[in-house]
Amino acid sequence: MFLNDDDVNEIIHQLEAGPFEELSLQTSRFKLKLRAKGNGSWTKSIEDFQETNLVNPGQEAADSAKEDTNNTASSAAEKNGHFAVRTPLVGTFYRAPKPGAPDFVEVGSQVNQDTVIGIVETMKLMNSVMAGVKGRVVEICASDAGFVEQGETILFIEEG
Amino acid sequence: MIRHILVANRGEIAVRILRTCHALGIETTLAASEADLDSLAARMADHCICIGPPPSMDSYLKVESVVAAALTAKADAIHPGYGFLSENQRLALACNDAGITFIGATAAQLDAVGDKLKARHHAIESGLPVVPGGSAGNANEAEATAAEIGYPLLVKAVGGGGGRGMKLVESHEALAQTVDLAVAEAEAAFGDARVYLERYVSSGRHVEVQVLGDGENCIHLGTRDCSIQRRYQKLVEEAPAPHLSDALREQMHQSAVGFAKYLKYRGLGTVELLVDCERDTFYFLEMNARIQVEHPVTEAICGLDLVAEQIAVAEGRPLRFTQEQINFSGHAIECRINAENWRKDFQPSPGTISVAEFPAGVGIRMDTHIQPGAKVPPFYDSLLGKLIVYSEDRNSALATMREALDRCQISGVETNLSMHSELMKSEDFSNGGVNTAYFTDFLEQTAQRQGD
Repeated sequence: MFLNDDDVNEIIHQLEAGPFEELSLQTSRFKLKLRAKGNGSWTKSIEDFQETNLVNPGQEAADSAKEDTNNTASSAAEKNGHFAVRTPLVGTFYRAPKPGAPDFVEVGSQVNQDTVIGIVETMKLMNSVMAGVKGRVVEICASDAGFVEQGETILFIEEG
Repeated sequence: MIRHILVANRGEIAVRILRTCHALGIETTLAASEADLDSLAARMADHCICIGPPPSMDSYLKVESVVAAALTAKADAIHPGYGFLSENQRLALACNDAGITFIGATAAQLDAVGDKLKARHHAIESGLPVVPGGSAGNANEAEATAAEIGYPLLVKAVGGGGGRGMKLVESHEALAQTVDLAVAEAEAAFGDARVYLERYVSSGRHVEVQVLGDGENCIHLGTRDCSIQRRYQKLVEEAPAPHLSDALREQMHQSAVGFAKYLKYRGLGTVELLVDCERDTFYFLEMNARIQVEHPVTEAICGLDLVAEQIAVAEGRPLRFTQEQINFSGHAIECRINAENWRKDFQPSPGTISVAEFPAGVGIRMDTHIQPGAKVPPFYDSLLGKLIVYSEDRNSALATMREALDRCQISGVETNLSMHSELMKSEDFSNGGVNTAYFTDFLEQTAQRQGD
């Protein structure tokens, strides 16, 4: 049982019959907050507490066991003071423009500031990631089609 | 008679479908990815089945997982919502094989309109004019087609729709690279990498006609104007489309119904048209064989529950209304509220919601899966919800929307709420009937005002 618009409107209708400007109602299943904003206009904030009735539990635990171990080891490149290209966004990293196509860059590739080195897919949008500096790619840290956190290092460039 | 529906979608549309199922007394199971197991839809459904890891390719786009979930749940029907597998023939066929009702068009119809190149062909056959275009199967064919139709042009996903995988190419130099990127997006979003080209008409209005068919009879449920778009993603929709001559509107209704009848269409569908206001004419763009994001504005002006109608025709029932029994009244506007920073080039903004306060009252509808504590994962689109207002005419609907937007408060992620507020106050939108080029101008104007 979850509150719908009709339920909320009925409750508001009853509140309007009296001198009420605010309602806070919490049960074990939901929390409802209604506030009058004048002129018969109201706002609502609803939190439903009911838990998911998962039919096949266990799968979740099995899958979470294989969390990626990326990005933990501090690499040699980082110590050498190379330029780290970081992802501007959280999402899925792709090394190639499309499946089967050659990768944008390999270790050893020469890049300019505006060379595209990969794509990060966030909220279904493909965002090109630029090198940012001129130089040579010395290490690629992010794996193709892997998940990257915002600001995670994708690769290192030796400037020059 | 459908007794148990597997909802194979997420976000606000999953919540929307579950609400109708609850109202009809239909048992529900949600097929959710690992990222959505604690979502509002997952908790609302009677049961929830995990269909795989967060990336859509591994969960919401996996036909086998969805069908397996339906069989496990012993559901007798699957509602695919919009996006994901909603127009996927393989799912429709797999449902047939498994004895499950697919709540949508038939597999043959999905092929006829879901494949956008075939759809163009059928439109021409049914007498609908189309925008010049053609296929782009490889680099050479793309070159040849582009040379034929000229620039600027659009690269569109054959398996697409809803504006995904659609890109503008201004000149020949950008063609190959843009086609490559569009192919990547199409593969990621639809699991179908094919694209085609179409002439870009910059100053048209995007008006669509909602149709509903039972395989024999077909009716229309009026027009929607969706001309406020950014990168072919709709941001605001309204019904009916304002400032169309009665003759043109009627012609659009009849053409859409004619196309649906030609297909012997069964289900809910939308015929998207491009209106050339100067010539007072229109072209076929595509047909969407699914429920659409913007369906609530149509529900508001004709007083129907379109999900309930989808379920009824999927059960094999004849239409419950004749065209004459559909009464249109009033005006409805919908604003899509997205998790994105519209002042920073619309950068997506995933995160966790801390505050979610929405307007309530008569004539206001908020379709959302967002509550305090809700997660907005980076794996899916940025839609947080839709604010829909309904009033007796367009001006009063606009006034209601302006005031309702002021009462919306969302914290935890960036949103485009203030963009909608500014848009609803802009003179051109208030006057009504802007074309698809307008929103870019609006953004430039607001950026300039900020800079001053």
